[in-house]
Amino acid sequence: MDYFFYIFAFITLGSALAVVLNQNAVNACMFMIIAFFGIAALFLLQEAYFLVVTQVMVYAGAIMVLFLFVVMLLDIRGEHSLRPRMRSMVFCSFLLSLLMVGVVYLFVPQQADLPFQAFSDQTVSAMAPVDEPLAYAKSTKSFGLALFTKYMLPFQLVGFLLLSAMLGVIHLSRRNSNEDTEESLS
Amino acid sequence: MDVGLNHYLLVSGLLFSIGFFGVIFRRNVIFILMCLEMMLNAVNLAFVSFSRFNGNADGSLFVFFIITVAAAEVAVGLAIVVALYRKKKTLRIDELTELKN
Repeated sequence: MDYFFYIFAFITLGSALAVVLNQNAVNACMFMIIAFFGIAALFLLQEAYFLVVTQVMVYAGAIMVLFLFVVMLLDIRGEHSLRPRMRSMVFCSFLLSLLMVGVVYLFVPQQADLPFQAFSDQTVSAMAPVDEPLAYAKSTKSFGLALFTKYMLPFQLVGFLLLSAMLGVIHLSRRNSNEDTEESLS
Repeated sequence: MDVGLNHYLLVSGLLFSIGFFGVIFRRNVIFILMCLEMMLNAVNLAFVSFSRFNGNADGSLFVFFIITVAAAEVAVGLAIVVALYRKKKTLRIDELTELKN
């Protein structure tokens, strides 16, 4: 099992780096799909089966197809992908490297008695029993049960959010097409 | 070595940092949106790891809502990008400065 974690983590991080550093937008979309599949595999290793299916269908399916459509419609040429040098860039890279060092220092596995580890394995096992993880969300049935009882109101609100997003997208694209026809008429 | 919570959090933090790097340094709006998605995914991974290692399902339910909101955000964002490209004929973020004046 542990080998799978290292393989999928390597795939995810490598393709994420490839997305950031790539010049070609279509290649970046393809690497992004690989990264999403890697994250879905990491979900699978943690036995969140419903989230694996959701991740693959929504992210790798719907969202990346949307990105690919827009990339192919807009015909993005290869240009200088990174911003030119400036003072804020140096400052930002300093902050980013600080963030990376902090992340690695906090979360890399160390001995359990070191004080700088964020959550040692002993704390976690003291918080909850590890032998029965995700007891009521491992199956899709219990996931849906929690979704429709405890989280009923957020579920409805998300539905309204999706509806308003759909209306907003329709309005955004339709108003511009009207402007284009007005310009062509005048 | 046993793979524990810290390993997943390390991957999640590194993924978040990579996405942050992309948001700051890329100059194309579409790439910035993609890196935002990557940061959201890193947060999802952290949520699922905490949820699994605490034996509590609330975190993974929250991931479901995050995925839904991210889908809505991408749809609206890409519509704005297409409208912007129709009007300005460019997607470079250092040329889209008409709110400055």
